[in-house]
Amino acid sequence: MEGILNQLPIGLSIGAVLLLIALGLTFTFGQMGVINMAHGEFIMAGAYTAYLLQDFAGRNAVLVALPVAFLVAGLMGLILERAAIRHFYGRPLDTLLLTWGVSLVLQQVARDLFGAPNVQVTSPTWLQGTLGPMPYNRLFILLLAVGSVVAIWVYMNRSAQGRRMQAVMQNRQLAATSGINTGRVDQRTFFIGSGLAGIAGVALTLIGPVGPTLGTYYIVDAFLVVVAGGLGQLRGAVIAALALGLLNSYAEFWTNASLAKVIVFVVIIAFLQFRPQGLFVLRSRALT
Amino acid sequence: MLNAFLRTAVGAGLVLALAACGGEPTESTTGGAAAAGGDTIKVGLLHSLSGTMAISEVTVRDAELLAIEEINAAGGVLGKKLEPVVEDGASDWPTFAEKANKLISQDKVATVFGGWTSASRKAMLPVFERHKALLWYPVQYEGLESSPYIFYTGATTNQQIIPGLDYLKEQGKTKIFLVGSDYVFPRTANKIIKAYAAANGMTILGEEYTPLGHTEYSTLTNKVVQAKPDAVFNTLNGDSNVAFFKQLKSAGVTAESMPVLSVSVAEEEVTGIGVDNIVGHPVAWNYYQTTENAANSKFVAAFKAKYGDAKVTSDPMEAGYNAVYLWAEAVKKAGTVEVEAVKKASGGIALERPEGLVTIDGETQHMYKTARIGIIQPDGLIKEVWNSGEPIKPDPYLKSYPWAGSLAS
Repeated sequence: MEGILNQLPIGLSIGAVLLLIALGLTFTFGQMGVINMAHGEFIMAGAYTAYLLQDFAGRNAVLVALPVAFLVAGLMGLILERAAIRHFYGRPLDTLLLTWGVSLVLQQVARDLFGAPNVQVTSPTWLQGTLGPMPYNRLFILLLAVGSVVAIWVYMNRSAQGRRMQAVMQNRQLAATSGINTGRVDQRTFFIGSGLAGIAGVALTLIGPVGPTLGTYYIVDAFLVVVAGGLGQLRGAVIAALALGLLNSYAEFWTNASLAKVIVFVVIIAFLQFRPQGLFVLRSRALT
Repeated sequence: MLNAFLRTAVGAGLVLALAACGGEPTESTTGGAAAAGGDTIKVGLLHSLSGTMAISEVTVRDAELLAIEEINAAGGVLGKKLEPVVEDGASDWPTFAEKANKLISQDKVATVFGGWTSASRKAMLPVFERHKALLWYPVQYEGLESSPYIFYTGATTNQQIIPGLDYLKEQGKTKIFLVGSDYVFPRTANKIIKAYAAANGMTILGEEYTPLGHTEYSTLTNKVVQAKPDAVFNTLNGDSNVAFFKQLKSAGVTAESMPVLSVSVAEEEVTGIGVDNIVGHPVAWNYYQTTENAANSKFVAAFKAKYGDAKVTSDPMEAGYNAVYLWAEAVKKAGTVEVEAVKKASGGIALERPEGLVTIDGETQHMYKTARIGIIQPDGLIKEVWNSGEPIKPDPYLKSYPWAGSLAS
């Protein structure tokens, strides 16, 4: 019985991890329609940022790394968008291949820079310990996910930049004719989306491996959350991430990890049969 | 484009022509002769240099390259230098088979050193048997196999897993939880562990598998903690170990409250997992960087000189390093790189290696190896706390263990 109860916070914390890795994608994939296979490598960049900052910040590197990783991964995203992706807008298959290639290149770069073996990121001493069944570091990730969601919501709805971003997302042509520089908005969206991946990467150093292939472990889950939640929908992503986290937690508790993965996929496929557009739909008059 | 097409066509033609005269036993000798032609002998190194297994396999390749360099510096084999041909198995089993085929048919290597996961070995096995070519496989594995074209330089179960279980039993740990990656090695290893447990009064409280590359261990940790075992027997492979130990530690599990005995975590992995997260837990291997003898001091010094002071040496690296030396010794004894002659010459070859005396068992093509249990130290190295005293005769089918009777079939 205690085991079953423990699965509830565990499910929430799995959901928080899913949400964190998918948040950036709700921007780049959800809003701009770019299937960015290199999203996982931006997560990796965030993790390595935390690793590098250990030399300066010691055990609190994780905290210092949050803003730095946002900038590092954000800039990488910006460069990718400027140098390559913008030439492929409206060609999803080409973009997929392009970004997949970029992801392989980035993995190899990481391997050359840091070596193939995993590196160690020491978690802060104040994150060691548990609150009931919930380890502090999981709690930290949960709070980080909540904080990120709130920050994004405020930015999207309370700032001029955020509103312009929404305008472009809802109807690109109309936004352009209203005088919005859509190219600049795209850059900003990509910067923020990639930066969020960097933040996720820092958080993942607390619970997972830090190595060149880190991104590949999370990329599929990130897409699942965005697709199930509905493209470009913040609340969709939040609900989908938590639902998938809980589903995963209980499915694995009652069966096993391999079967739980299958169950999650089957449920998502079945769900998309009924709601191909995901949980929430963006209603717009744009002709697409 | 046309050029590439022509080359492929010609290549395919050659392969067909070779296949056409497959009735005669010339295929492997052709390969051997071609490899020995010229001033060098080509040898293949086939490990995952990318993907989830790269973390482990790259280091084995490094150790094999070191051995080749040392052998060449000492004059080579049969008066010829060894020339490594390195291929990437990419953590993908069909790729291993394909690259093995390429090394044998196209590069005409004299032998291949390669593989890590049992899945990769099982994928390569038919290729080597079909071509009558040699594979030296450097990693501990689940036993129950003995291909005439594979030499196994890592431990089989009676040199690692069974000593590990003996150790747990000696420590009074009788309630065990099994955690492993979901593929052939952990599943077979656990079958053996369950048979051992049944015969030795131990109870298995649970058995859990996770896909390779799995990183979410909170649910599994909860299950393990709820079951309250004395110890966990861990056959996870690759990066999963990092996530598992990090999440176990943050759930408050320590080496004192619940030791986790690992058979796939060596010095190299400890760094990535973080010493904090794994200190005090036991591991079972045949070699540690701290193993004391002259051959090991030399190996560790040479490895650090070539790859950097921060590098560590581990059991699979040492087994890969040994493989090259053992093959070279067999070639010297046979006087040729021809596969059947090398196989025949190999039986009984005994070398003082970093892990101690290693002898090739001609019958099973496995090695006599000393089993060693170690505890992970705060400095990231592993201190031996128990060993088998003498090299254990390899017994891949566990014929000498009455309780294992039903496993081999």
